[in-house]
Order: sequence, then structure tokens, then C-alpha cells
Amino acid sequence: MNYFGPGHGACPGCGFPIAIRGAIEVLDGKVIAVNSTGCLEIVSSMYGRNTWGVPYIHSLFENAGAVAAGIETALRAMKRDNEAHVVVFAGDGATFDIGIGTLSGMMDRDHNVIYICYDNEAYQNTGNQQSMATPPGANTTTTPVGKLKPGKTGRKKDMVEIAVAHGVPYAASASIAYPKDFQRKVKRAAEFEGSKYIQVHAPCVTGWGIDGKLTVEVSKLAVETGLYPLVEYEYGKLVKVKKLKQRKPVEEYLKIQRRFRHLFKHEMGKEILEQLQKIADENAEKYGLDA
Amino acid sequence: MAKMKLYIGASSPAMSSEMKTGDWGTELAYIDKEKCIACGQCITFCPEPATSMVEEGDKKYAVVDHDYCKGCWICFTVCPVDAIEMKTKEIYKVEVC
Amino acid sequence: MRKVVRGFYAIAEAVRLSKPNVIAAYPITPQTEIVENLAEMYANGELGDAEYVTAESEFGAASMVLGASAAGARAFTATSSQGLLLMSEVLYNAAGMRLPIVLVIANRSVSAPLSIWNDIQDSISIRDAGIIQLYVESNQEAHDMIPLAFKVAENRDVLLPFMVCVDGFKLTHAYEPVDLLDQETVDKFLPPYNPVVKLDVNNPVAMGCYAPPPYYMEFRVAMEYAMERASKVMLQEFKKWYKLTGRDWGGHVVAENCEDAEVVVVAMGSVVPLVREVISRMRQDGKRVGMLKIRTYRPFPSREIRKALKNAGKIIVIERALSIGAEPPVTADVKSALFGLNSEVYPVVTGLGGRDIPRELVERIIEDVMKGKIKPEKRYEGLNEFEEVIP
Repeated sequence: MNYFGPGHGACPGCGFPIAIRGAIEVLDGKVIAVNSTGCLEIVSSMYGRNTWGVPYIHSLFENAGAVAAGIETALRAMKRDNEAHVVVFAGDGATFDIGIGTLSGMMDRDHNVIYICYDNEAYQNTGNQQSMATPPGANTTTTPVGKLKPGKTGRKKDMVEIAVAHGVPYAASASIAYPKDFQRKVKRAAEFEGSKYIQVHAPCVTGWGIDGKLTVEVSKLAVETGLYPLVEYEYGKLVKVKKLKQRKPVEEYLKIQRRFRHLFKHEMGKEILEQLQKIADENAEKYGLDA
Repeated sequence: MAKMKLYIGASSPAMSSEMKTGDWGTELAYIDKEKCIACGQCITFCPEPATSMVEEGDKKYAVVDHDYCKGCWICFTVCPVDAIEMKTKEIYKVEVC
Repeated sequence: MRKVVRGFYAIAEAVRLSKPNVIAAYPITPQTEIVENLAEMYANGELGDAEYVTAESEFGAASMVLGASAAGARAFTATSSQGLLLMSEVLYNAAGMRLPIVLVIANRSVSAPLSIWNDIQDSISIRDAGIIQLYVESNQEAHDMIPLAFKVAENRDVLLPFMVCVDGFKLTHAYEPVDLLDQETVDKFLPPYNPVVKLDVNNPVAMGCYAPPPYYMEFRVAMEYAMERASKVMLQEFKKWYKLTGRDWGGHVVAENCEDAEVVVVAMGSVVPLVREVISRMRQDGKRVGMLKIRTYRPFPSREIRKALKNAGKIIVIERALSIGAEPPVTADVKSALFGLNSEVYPVVTGLGGRDIPRELVERIIEDVMKGKIKPEKRYEGLNEFEEVIP
């Protein structure tokens, strides 16, 4: 039996199903999946057509962290805690924004949960509205490009660092361009008792304005430019970083996506491009990305 | 008419395989079994999943289940030996004049 | 064992005896002492295998009991006022997911203006969520209704959350003599929870699926049917409770001196004993007055109310909540129960935000209604005259 799919309703070329299936498979299906409202929930959990081969629960947009904590607590109380890993699958809106309270509570109490955020960098289920995970310069429907505005202004929130600051035993970033690396991280996470946070970069074909042909390439470029560094923390210590032999300029990542296209002609585009390059440079320095 | 069965508290087991999403796209992936080196990349990356590995004697190769292939091109882009071809479905082969 | 205890202890003790698996806690006045008492029991190893977990908010607490219940656990939480409002999204969700969680609401007014004191505007405001609501008049009743709440909620014909509403401070902090239950009695009444469905790797199900238009309406109407069945199940369990403990709390409503009454006062919660006392004094004076105590507010016992009030020409409803912009909530429901009967209903809004409801006030209202001095329309009692100053 399949753990996830086929027959789900994700768009052709969607990134996150690669991560969802990858995570469940590497845990041998010993998973209780907790899902927040969002793309994943809508494409996978229609009544009578659910796509999950593992026990699955969806409650609300902003409470996956607490629901998972409740499940984990219940399993412990009923001496069933060896049955399965409690794994959250939540989008970036549910994680960075509306659900950060319950996620923080879960991490603070250190519930034995693997929290996986599939990060497609905006509210893609409702049609590409900016979240705190949206990078600067992105054209979204709530940060549209106009005569005065160059798309989103302000930074992308660093949720991995926020997880680390909670003192969780394990936190990592990953990308669907490197599924084996992601799976290794999920497996590693499962070895720790307590809350684990993994954030996996997963392109949205419609929101980012790319073709399925580019799903893997674009997410690879996010890593190769230093905009999406793949890092791994254990007990607050940076233990592993994906090194880049030759870090690419951010333009290579940006120019192939419709959401950033305006940056190359908008009056304020240059400034944003510089900001994005600076973010990549800072990442490179902070994590020692350059091999 | 038969009464609708309403499962209280939870949905019935996974049923999405009844959704034949293979009719969504305009193209379908085809794997050349001679070229295929059975590396499994297309299986790892297929979002559906619509790809799987089969064995024929001592030959191992990947196949695509067209019931579920949405024609997204991901497998095409990750295949290291160019064994995958994207073919337009017959019904979309129309001449535009 | 009969002991003089405070309400929060009587509640916590009944929760302990109901052997929950998971308790989620977040402080809010006047509920706090309930979860504090449970925390103390937990710290002293008196809660068996139960896990007690502190939440980051009431929203988190409700979400945790939702998750725990989905995993097959018996789960409990308690809250008040703003906490309940913050929980409300989760509670609507839990009811729709048919999870039999039990909550105690230490009733408190809602903000703004902020007030920690008692009325029932908090629980009344989520009456449409699909949660059973029962209002108690004493700490004994609160104590008794908790095991009963679990039993009714978990009944496979019901599967809805159950909310025991206890007036904040007036009951939760009051010392009252309570016959405390013992474990044997509760065990006899309340079997271990056997969930109909649960999150289980050996039998995967999907919970909280979204329903497209061909299904949604059926799910919501199914909740309505479950509420109707809950009404019957509750009556059965009330009877069993009486047999087991000798304490008869009556049915969904308790009609006292209603049969020949010209005027009946409808009351809910801690105001009941006061009304009862007023009625019994007036009866001694030969006045034909009665009281109808509403215990179950959801499912609303329309039939029972209609039956009890069919002979009463004049009905006073003590309202401790507003439905701002419409008729007060209990009145609206009572009137719909009486539709077509020739009775006059006098809604009396009073006691909001902990304002005292003196005996004289109740007496005067009854007298005035008897004498035909006031009209059957909404009135505010115990209200200061004021003028709005809009700068």
C-alpha cells in the first residue's frame, strides 16, 4: 500500500508531495500525520477520497503543533508511544504566521514530535498571498508590484533559528531538490526524543510562476545561490551545512521565476536584487557555505 | 436509491487511487526501458507517485502508470540518462490554423 | 463522604475520579483553581496514568485535548470567558469531528469592558457549536455531572463534546457541603473510554477531512441528530445516576410548583437556589408561583419546557446574558418552545458582570408581574440609570 498518493490533487509539478511521501517512507509508515489547513490538506483529504495510507488528522489552520502535542501526550499516557512517530506537515503560512503560537508551545514543552514545514513561501492554497516566509521582492497578490512597490518588502523570517532558540534537540532546513538529504534528516530527527523542526523548500508552480520542468532546478538554485542554505542543528549546535563549490549569483535563481521577473525592470528592482544578494552573502558567511 | 454512508469521526480508508489524475495533463511520460539504468531518481522525485520499478528477468527498469501521470516533467528533468520522453496526448495533437 | 469544600475542588476531584488520560491546562480567572487542583493531584501521583500538560493558550489547550481525544484518550480541560472565546474555533471543530471531550466552564462575563465576575455570556455565545451544555446550581451538582458528562459524550449514539457550566466565583469559589464520590461508585457508572475511531497505525483512518458540497450538509445534520439522541441518552443517565447515588437531579428541566402556578420563573445556574427560596416563601403566603430550572441548555429541552409551562400564563425568564441586537438568548429559546401557547414571557436581564441579584429584586418582579404592573417585554433590573457620553 502507498503511504501517500497516488490520485491526490496537487498541481502537476508541485514540490511538496515529494517531501511528504519521502518523509513517511523513510519512517517506514510508522507515522501519525498531523496536517494544518492548506494546500496539502486540500489536495489530500477530501472526504471519501483521502490519499493517506497512514493515520491522518487535520484540525485547523493554526493548531497543528498543539494537536500533535495532544496526540503525543495521549500516546504517552496510554503507553502507546512506541507505535508511531507523530509528524506534522504544515505549510509556511501555518508555521511562520498563524500557527507559530502552538508550534512554540509544542517546542517549548519539547513534545516528541517531528514538525515538517513545507515552505512554498506564500499562502499558495488561497492563491499566492505573502507570508512571513515570502522572500523580499516576491510578487504576491497581497504584495503586488506597482508603480511604487517592488513586491514584498521586508525579510523572510528565520524559522530554523527560532526553532533552535527553543532549545529543541534537532532543527534543519532541506530542499525537495535533495530528497535523499531530506530523508536522511527526517530519519536523523526521529532518533531524538523531543521536538524536531525540519523546513523543506518546496516550489509552488503557480505561485512562483514556473513550469513543472523547473521545479527541481529552481529549488536547486535556491540552495546553490545561498538563498536557501541547507543546515542542520543538534542541541543548538550547527553540525552540518551543505557546502557550495561555486556559489551562483542570486539572479540565476530569480530570473526564471515569474514572481521575481519585475525585479529586472522595476525602478526599485536593483535595490531588492542587492538586498537578496546580501542575504545570500550573509548566509554564506554565517554558515560557511562556500567550500 | 441507496442511502449515503456517512462515516462519523473519520473518513473511510485511503481511496484517492480512484481519482485517475492521469487525465489532467497534456503530456505523459514514457520511459525507454533499454536506456533506463534503474537508478530510481524518477521514483524518488515523482510527486504522485506514478512511477515504479519493475523487474523482467534480470532487467530492472522504471515504468510510468499513466492512470496517475500528470505530465509534470519532473522525472524528465531528473533522469540522468535521458531515458524519459514526454509525449503529447493524441487528443491534444491539433493543428492550430 | 460529605465534606465542606470549595467548588473548584469538587470539580477537580470529580475529574480525577473520571480517570481522564489527558488534561490540558491554561489559567484564567475564575477557572484557574480547577486546573491548579488537578496539577497538585498530578504532582502527587494521584491522577493514575493521566498526563497533565500546560498549554501556551486556551486555544492550545483545546487543540491538545482535541488531538488527545483523536488519539483515543479521555480528555479534559476547563476555561472561562475570553479563554472560551479563544477556544471557540477549536470547539466548533472538535464538535464537528465528533470528539467527546469534556470541559468545565467557570462562567464569567466577556470583555469589553474587562470583568472577571460572573454571568453566562461566555458559554451562551457558543451555544450553536454542537456542544452539549448543562448548567448547574450547586457544587454538588457540578461534582456529579462530570462523570455523567464523560459518559454521555462518549456514548456512541452521541459523540459530541460536553460542557458543564458552573457559575464563576458564585459556585467555583464557594464553600459548600458536597457528598464526594468514591472511585468504586464512579467506576460502576463510567466504564473506560472505548473510542469508535482513533488515530492508530494498524488501522489508518483520516480525521478532519474536508467535505465538498455533496457531503457537508449531511455531516452537519448528523450532528443535529446526535444532539437529539443525546437528549434521550442524558435522561437515561440521569436516572442511572439517581439509582446509583440517591441524588435525583431531575431531567433536562426541573419544574417546581409549576402545575397550578400563574407565574413561573425560569432560571439557570447558581441563581436557581435563590429563586427556589423566593418561590417557597411566596407559596407559604398562598401565592401561585413556581420555578422552572433549565439544566440542559443544549440540546434545548423544548418539549419538556412546553409541558412544564403549559398552564402558566406568565413566565419570567432570568437572563444573565445578552444577545446584543436581539431578544436575550434563553428567552428566545423559551418563547420558541411555547410558540402557539397563550403565555406572556417577561425577559429580565440582570446580574451581568457579577452584579448581585438580591432576593428582593426577584420578589418584586414576581409581584409586579402578578399585579400586571409590567409589560411582557425585555427589561433590565439592577441597572443604574445612566447617560452615554460620546465625546
